Amino acid sequence: MKVAAKVTRPADAGERENWDDSGSGGMAHPVTEGELDLSHGVILYLDDITVSFDGFRALNKLTLSIDVGELRCVIGPNGAGKTTMMDVITGKTRPDSGTAFFGQTMDLTKLAEAEIAHAGIGRKFQKPTIFEHHTVFENLELAMKTDKRVRRSLFARLRSEDYDRIAQTLTTIRLEHEADREAGLLSHGQKQWLEIGMLLMQEPRLLLLDEPVAGMTDDETERTAELFVSLAGQHSLMVVEHDMAFVEALGGKVTVLHEGSVLAEGDLASVQADPRVIEVYLGR
Amino acid sequence: MKQLIASLLLFAAMIISPAHAAIDPAMLQGLAADDSDDKIAAIAKVAALADADALRVLTAMSKDNLMAAGDKLYVADGDKLTDAATGAAVDARPAGLDTLTINNRVRSALDSALAGLRLFSTSRDKRLAAARELQDSADEALLPLLERALKSEQDAAIRDMLQIARAVATLQSADGAIRLQAAKDLSASSNPAVKSMLLARLQKQGDAYAEPDDKVRAEIEDAIKQIDKRLARADALSRIFTGLSLGSILLLAALGLAITYGVMGVINMAHGELLMVGAYAAYAMQGVFRAHWPNYTDWYLVAAIPVAFFAAAAVGVLMERTVIRFLYGRPLETLLATWGLSLVLIQAARVLFGAQNVEVANPGWMSGAIEVLPNVVLPWNRIIIIGFAAFVLSLVWLLMNRTRLGMFVRAVTQNRSMAGCVGVPTARIDTLAFAIGAGIAGLGGLALSQIANVGPDMGQGYIVDSFMVVVLGGVGQLAGAVWAAMGLGVATKFLEGWAGAVIAKILVLVFIIVFIQKRPQGLFAMKGRFVES
Amino acid sequence: MTRITTDARTVALTRKSRLLLMGGLALAWGVVPLLALVLPAGNPLHLSDYALTLTGKILCYATVAVALDLIWGYAGILSLGHGLFFALGGYAFGMYLMRSIGRDGNYQSDLPDFMVFLDWKELPWFWHGTDSFVWSMLLVLLVPAALAWVFGFFAFRSRIKGVYFSIITQALTYAAMLLFFRNETGFGGNNGFTDFKRVLGFPITAPETRVVLFGLSATLLMGAIVLGRVLITSKFGRVLMATRDAESRVMFLGYQPLYYKLTVWTLSAMLCALAGALYVPQVGIINPSEMSPANSIEIAIWVAVGGRGTLIGPVFGAAIVNLAKSWFTMSFPEYWLFFLGLMFILVTLWLPDGVVGLWRKLRAGRAARRAAADTAAATVAPPAPTTPAPAPAAGGGDKSAAPGVSGAIAKGA
Repeated sequence: MKVAAKVTRPADAGERENWDDSGSGGMAHPVTEGELDLSHGVILYLDDITVSFDGFRALNKLTLSIDVGELRCVIGPNGAGKTTMMDVITGKTRPDSGTAFFGQTMDLTKLAEAEIAHAGIGRKFQKPTIFEHHTVFENLELAMKTDKRVRRSLFARLRSEDYDRIAQTLTTIRLEHEADREAGLLSHGQKQWLEIGMLLMQEPRLLLLDEPVAGMTDDETERTAELFVSLAGQHSLMVVEHDMAFVEALGGKVTVLHEGSVLAEGDLASVQADPRVIEVYLGR
Repeated sequence: MKQLIASLLLFAAMIISPAHAAIDPAMLQGLAADDSDDKIAAIAKVAALADADALRVLTAMSKDNLMAAGDKLYVADGDKLTDAATGAAVDARPAGLDTLTINNRVRSALDSALAGLRLFSTSRDKRLAAARELQDSADEALLPLLERALKSEQDAAIRDMLQIARAVATLQSADGAIRLQAAKDLSASSNPAVKSMLLARLQKQGDAYAEPDDKVRAEIEDAIKQIDKRLARADALSRIFTGLSLGSILLLAALGLAITYGVMGVINMAHGELLMVGAYAAYAMQGVFRAHWPNYTDWYLVAAIPVAFFAAAAVGVLMERTVIRFLYGRPLETLLATWGLSLVLIQAARVLFGAQNVEVANPGWMSGAIEVLPNVVLPWNRIIIIGFAAFVLSLVWLLMNRTRLGMFVRAVTQNRSMAGCVGVPTARIDTLAFAIGAGIAGLGGLALSQIANVGPDMGQGYIVDSFMVVVLGGVGQLAGAVWAAMGLGVATKFLEGWAGAVIAKILVLVFIIVFIQKRPQGLFAMKGRFVES
Repeated sequence: MTRITTDARTVALTRKSRLLLMGGLALAWGVVPLLALVLPAGNPLHLSDYALTLTGKILCYATVAVALDLIWGYAGILSLGHGLFFALGGYAFGMYLMRSIGRDGNYQSDLPDFMVFLDWKELPWFWHGTDSFVWSMLLVLLVPAALAWVFGFFAFRSRIKGVYFSIITQALTYAAMLLFFRNETGFGGNNGFTDFKRVLGFPITAPETRVVLFGLSATLLMGAIVLGRVLITSKFGRVLMATRDAESRVMFLGYQPLYYKLTVWTLSAMLCALAGALYVPQVGIINPSEMSPANSIEIAIWVAVGGRGTLIGPVFGAAIVNLAKSWFTMSFPEYWLFFLGLMFILVTLWLPDGVVGLWRKLRAGRAARRAAADTAAATVAPPAPTTPAPAPAAGGGDKSAAPGVSGAIAKGA
């Protein structure tokens, strides 16, 4: 893994410029597919990342990579650094050391949140964050992949294919009958689904999902698992979850985080059999 | 020239006149001369006697009690009239009695002369004060007096001053050697007035310098440099001191806020008005003492400490119970509502105490000053306020870190619902903490009443400043507040010296605005994984 | 069905609001001039100079309130420094008015009186060109816009929000006030600008000039409302409100909130500046006290009283508070601050959505009551057609009940 990260060419200045047009009063240019270099079949490299807060190491030389189209589950006890890892990937927290690459060329540690989102990483928070005062429809409309600069937004009109896309997503997340409801009025599970729907509207290459089924009924959880499995392949997913049944249903590779670094990696059964993992979970 | 003649005459008079308890009436008559120059010459002559009679006559003159009738002079003391020359009482009021007129020039000569006479006082303090006064106002007419004083003076500090005074007096001497010596002597001065006097000697008058001699001019330039150096040092010292004093006022204003905003997260825009409550408490106690214990008025301030604390705390409790409690967690609404409270409090103060500023006197033990270095004079009230700020600070620190209440407050701050779960009465803690924050603001107001105007609007000027201190120091950080307050105080005072008060204030505000943008968490904030809001 | 509702929303102006707009313009340019100029002074309908100026002033204030609401109500940013932009606009236009005095001042000099008084020999550089109306209008718009842009850029880039932002805007206007109080700054110090004689060659106190200024103020206010309406019904507005509610989500969706906030912040400052520029010729004075923090925070209460997050609320708020102010200061000056202070407290405690919110709630309550009555009638009537009497009685009883109670009854039924 480390070797792969080291041969990676750092993002050159020329490419950076495309992303940083703060002077023009707008947003980064919309990403064209060609700009994300996935030639090595890996979509995300985290290499040797350390983040500390007041001496406390939230991430300790974390090294992790995710392949294109992979569905990865990340588990770990509280304080293992799962959320901090997502913060680093999405640009919310800057690592003290280490590198984070999206594809082969995009240095995530140098991009702003909005730029990272534009590059194709979508994130679902632990606590569902949707726009409570907007309708479900508007939530999806705002999430839709498009030019998100100020000037465009002033005169933006929805085209008929946009309506179709939104309608399609509404069906996927089973909120077609709630389109005109204020999102704040939805149930907790519905909010989770809406947030997933917003992520889908973004058409991200990589989805980061922080405890997506918390607060869902069993039925909803099952449907979510189905949805995620169906998304894998065209998208890459990283799911942080405590619910082992859900992790099992997803069936992908599992990474165990502990005290800021990777403790074990493999399929669920082998990870669960690992004595170190058992020690961490059952306590000393 | 005239002065020269006057001094020569004086000298002669000093040798000739025998020591007896009366003044030559002829000498006195000069005081009643029509021409100011003649009057001044006569003043110098009388002063040169340097005895009790001279003091008596000149003091009377400066108090407009010296009268002339015909060619005789009288001293009036209420209804009584005495002969100015002999001091004997006069029974009959002579016809045409009229007070001598004194213009400004005569008055300043008279003041110098009286200062000269006081050089012979038996009180060291009086002599010191007189010598200080003469340092920048001595002229040649006073030379004989200065010389005599130098001969008899034993105190080193006074002698130093007298030497400077003598140098000032001889700086315009006709004799180049004397002027050279004077310039040399003056390099020991640290008096800005002496400096400007020296500078005047370097000015060109027409084609020639005021000081014709090159060597003397060089010496003067050297002396100016020496004085400048000393002045700069004294200036820096007193700036640091006034800066610390301003800082401790800011700290007193901000400490209460550090609790209500820093710890509880309540934006209290009426904080300035809590200061005002404290200041009016001092005013009220002063009134009570004046009315009931006039002999102990000096101690009203001590009695006002608990009154100010509890008055402000009571207002604080009222505010918390009626308004703020319903707005916890809604900072912008709290801000607006407390602004409303501040308007109500201001108007209430206007109704109760009038719209005008009220007078709060410094107690006797707070007036006066100590001079630590020449030109570095520290007024007592400022020293006491610095001490008071330190006292309140340690009180707050003890309260927050060493008492159960402080522990509860910190617990509620960190996790309200958890604290509630383990049995901390959160609502009561909120009220108490707010009361303490308000009470401390009251103490701040008490301190303010000693150095600033006390009026209904007084609080408004401090609210922005106090917020700046808390924000700059880092929310919830006592140490940060102390550093921020002292730093702001000293920086403001240095900037004031450089750019004037208003620009200094603006620069400080702009600095803080820029600073917050760079470090929104303040100087001392903790780094941490903050929860997504 | 989704499509229809959303389309209706993106139409910026409904027919009703277009009608209202036309009516307002007609009132400002047709009826008011008639009442003020044509009707004789004795006529009870005659609009006095005082009333005209007061209304014109309130229209300017209302524009400021709308401008503040754009950023507070819709973007969640409470500025306590909007008085600064208002005053800057006023000062910029005041410079033109000062230059228009020409040699008619007390000192009969080409320089404004205060400069003669300070013994200045020539105009400071920033006064150059201010005798041109066009240039000073440019200043009115660009100076506050530039200040707002630069300040906003740094503040929003550092993600300063909430109370921190409010307090540094307050510090900003406070610093500006101190600066303008100085004589050396070149804007007349304490006294500011006053004694204007004419604007664009017309005498400034003439009734005709006043009527035109009034009309312009009304037009500006309506323009501000229309602009606000267009903004908030666009996708821009939805992003802005989304930023207010969940900024991080907006960022992770790929928007840069910085530029959204900056755009609306700068626009808001420019609206304030225009209002200030119209305010100064009507009241005839501008001085640094307009920049005092107290003034700026008062703007916030206009918005709060009216109802933030609506465009019409701030207009009502500005009108209510300022009419109350002129009434109090004439009749009971000593009670004005009590009233204003209590207004701050009561509105934040009990009227979080202002009078517009209250009205809406009342209307919703009435609608619910009617619905409840209907439901009651519907549910009660069919099973017991022989006893229709209870239904009206229940409906009548509901009228006095609180809306919540009637709602509960409706649900229970």
